[in-house]
Amino acid sequence: MLDLAANSNSNAAADPMVPRVVRVTKRRKDAPDVVTLEMEMKDGFDFVPGQFNMLTAFGVGEVAISISGDPVKRNRLVHTIRDVGPVSGALTRLQPGQSLGLRGPFGIGWPVAEAAGRDVIIFAGGLGLAPLRPAIYRVLGERKRFGKVALLYGTRTPGDILFQRELESWRRTLDATVEITVDRGTPEWHGHVGVVTNLVKYAEFDPKTALAMVCGPEVMMRFGAAALRAAGMPDTNIYLSMERNMKCAVGFCGHCQFGPVFVCKDGPVFTFDRLREILTVKEL
Amino acid sequence: MEGLDRIIRGHAFFAGLDEDFVKLVTGCSKNVRFEAGQYLFREGGPADEFFLLREGRVALELAAPGKGAISILTASEGEVVGFSWLVPPNRWVYDGRATGLVRAISIDGACLRNKCEADHDLGYEMMKRVVAIVIKRLHDTRLQSLDVYNVHA
Amino acid sequence: MDKPAAALQSFYLGTDGLERLLSVLRRRGLRTVGPTVRDQAIVYDDIETLADLPRGWTDEQAPGHYRLTRRDDDALFGYAVGPQSWKKFLHPPIQKLWSSKREGEAVTVTAEPAAEQRMAFIGVRACELRAIAIQDKVLTEGANKDPHYVARRKGAFLVAVNCGQAAGTCFCVSMNAGPKAESGFDLSLTELIDERGHGFLVEAGTEEGREVLAELPHRTASQDERGAADAVVEHTAASMGRAMPAEDLHALLLRNLEHPRWDAVANICLSCSNCTMVCPTCFCTSVEETSDLANEETARSRRWDSCFTIDYSYLHGGSVRSSSKSRYRQWMTHKLATWHDQFGSSGCVGCGRCIAWCPVGIDITAEVRAISDSEKK
Repeated sequence: MLDLAANSNSNAAADPMVPRVVRVTKRRKDAPDVVTLEMEMKDGFDFVPGQFNMLTAFGVGEVAISISGDPVKRNRLVHTIRDVGPVSGALTRLQPGQSLGLRGPFGIGWPVAEAAGRDVIIFAGGLGLAPLRPAIYRVLGERKRFGKVALLYGTRTPGDILFQRELESWRRTLDATVEITVDRGTPEWHGHVGVVTNLVKYAEFDPKTALAMVCGPEVMMRFGAAALRAAGMPDTNIYLSMERNMKCAVGFCGHCQFGPVFVCKDGPVFTFDRLREILTVKEL
Repeated sequence: MEGLDRIIRGHAFFAGLDEDFVKLVTGCSKNVRFEAGQYLFREGGPADEFFLLREGRVALELAAPGKGAISILTASEGEVVGFSWLVPPNRWVYDGRATGLVRAISIDGACLRNKCEADHDLGYEMMKRVVAIVIKRLHDTRLQSLDVYNVHA
Repeated sequence: MDKPAAALQSFYLGTDGLERLLSVLRRRGLRTVGPTVRDQAIVYDDIETLADLPRGWTDEQAPGHYRLTRRDDDALFGYAVGPQSWKKFLHPPIQKLWSSKREGEAVTVTAEPAAEQRMAFIGVRACELRAIAIQDKVLTEGANKDPHYVARRKGAFLVAVNCGQAAGTCFCVSMNAGPKAESGFDLSLTELIDERGHGFLVEAGTEEGREVLAELPHRTASQDERGAADAVVEHTAASMGRAMPAEDLHALLLRNLEHPRWDAVANICLSCSNCTMVCPTCFCTSVEETSDLANEETARSRRWDSCFTIDYSYLHGGSVRSSSKSRYRQWMTHKLATWHDQFGSSGCVGCGRCIAWCPVGIDITAEVRAISDSEKK
């Protein structure tokens, strides 16, 4: 997938550590510290929902960011980035026309194909909605392939809700349960207030066969998976997306190890049964 | 009054309750309805009752100066709102506002307290149910207060 | 690195032959690196002649202890391993990855080309051959390959040496990684030094090894000489300084992630990361971004990193492994247990460097034994 645009580079295909150069075509602010960047990919960019890229802010550094766009729209690469440090901050400040480095896609993604014919629960917390959005697009985009669909989303305050317009349109137009909750409400908020696990009761699903995709802060994924388990789902049908420090994304630098797995290449999506025991070992 | 015992028997909170106790509880109950925006109870008011929610959503709120009403929890059908009737000084600690049309069963606190005193078996059945919800709420509240979505810990 | 012939024929090479080996390799364009004495240790660096080798030196090694002492003979390889390993050449401490140049908003990235200079490693021990094979697995046999490592590795000519003695910290036998070099070398030498003379039993392991040997003055080895070489290896195998307990380390360690021994070792571990620096299989790296003041030219390079550093596992404002205990546990369970899950073998070759170079003398075999023994009580 060599980018044949003017800003091409040498040996990119041979060395997985060398980025290609892409330009920002659109920038949108989603929340006080969250920005979505779009990059036009003339030759297309293929990926599986749940995969991530390593994005370089030249002169600052590189960071792993999940892809948050629709895989079917392969000429438009979308990333939703939160400003949490110098690199992500620099990326959120890029303007249309500016360049960034790109390596990827990396990792094992969400089990969208495996979910065919089954009830699907998409369980998002905070920024975790962004890595799940490509899966949501695929599930809602081919709605008939799946059973009942529920999107359960929890975040800190109403102001932190991502992709508000899309959420509204999904709720209004599609055959899916869409429930949103916040940890703390505001006077204008008329929706649920409470921990995100309270939303499980609104999802209709056959616990024996349903498939759940869970993404958010690790603590939220732990108690989210516990709630799904309590509702009767087996651990093999609950999928989590893990996050760890990454420097290379190709299994060479060692940083993303979590017990026996490399989050970059054995994940970031894992079934809960594979992680359940190591998730509770402190500082593993 | 007819049909109330059916509603109480069918509500999740009273699942598995003995038929005799259902009758006792029904004796303290009545149907209530709140329009959107109406308050079921106000902070500081006398907590004489608790509510089995049948339809709609209730927001538990605290008003802070300069911040307006902050919703700390919403409860909806199948859930219970109000435990202050159980413990002195029996005063509501939050505002309870209907966010849409709410239909509920209101159970008179004094009536039920007296019946529990008279029959400790009924009292124990009530306590078991209340404690289970309180523990779950405590756990949920702790998870909420962890502020997990705030990255700048 | 072609496959060796079925049965390796043994030849005898005198010290003059070894001298010639160095010049033959250099004439073929290889950079010859090997052991040499510097800073009171035996390190790996460029060597030109036999005079650069640690003739007559040996090493005294124990937990937290390394000393060079004089031998009473002139052996050229009469010591075990020093603080460095061949990873300093194959997987260098600093490696530039790419540079970029900005013109307006357009940026061009230029990859750093892979090294072309071939290298000859003189004096690779069996444990080191195993360590190189282990790093080959990590960096060249997965879905992704490190082109810099691949280039250096492909071009490397390995002259192995079968150890004449084990150091106090050696335990390659219990890790099934030595002391005899079985495969993976172009040439293999066993130093024979006694009243009869000073020379080497030599075997070629590859086609190129045979070609190079053909240019050296050598003759078929006698039965005595072959016997003497076998005896050297047997003697070394019998004098190991210590042994890793023989049991399923993967199961043992992974069922003891909360063992109190981790707290005990954490009390003395300084998280200095010496063990990871000297370990021949440790491969962890980090990346560094540099730029000029105008942010017009930037570069990224890769450098050695250690799981013992506090920010190795940095995530969301803190480190996943912030306690020294969790970092020691990570290193040891990775090396001895989860390495099996990831790469199908142990990550440890029993070279003992981590024991000698730990400033507080932590012994990885003793740590395992402590956990294992506690279960037997």
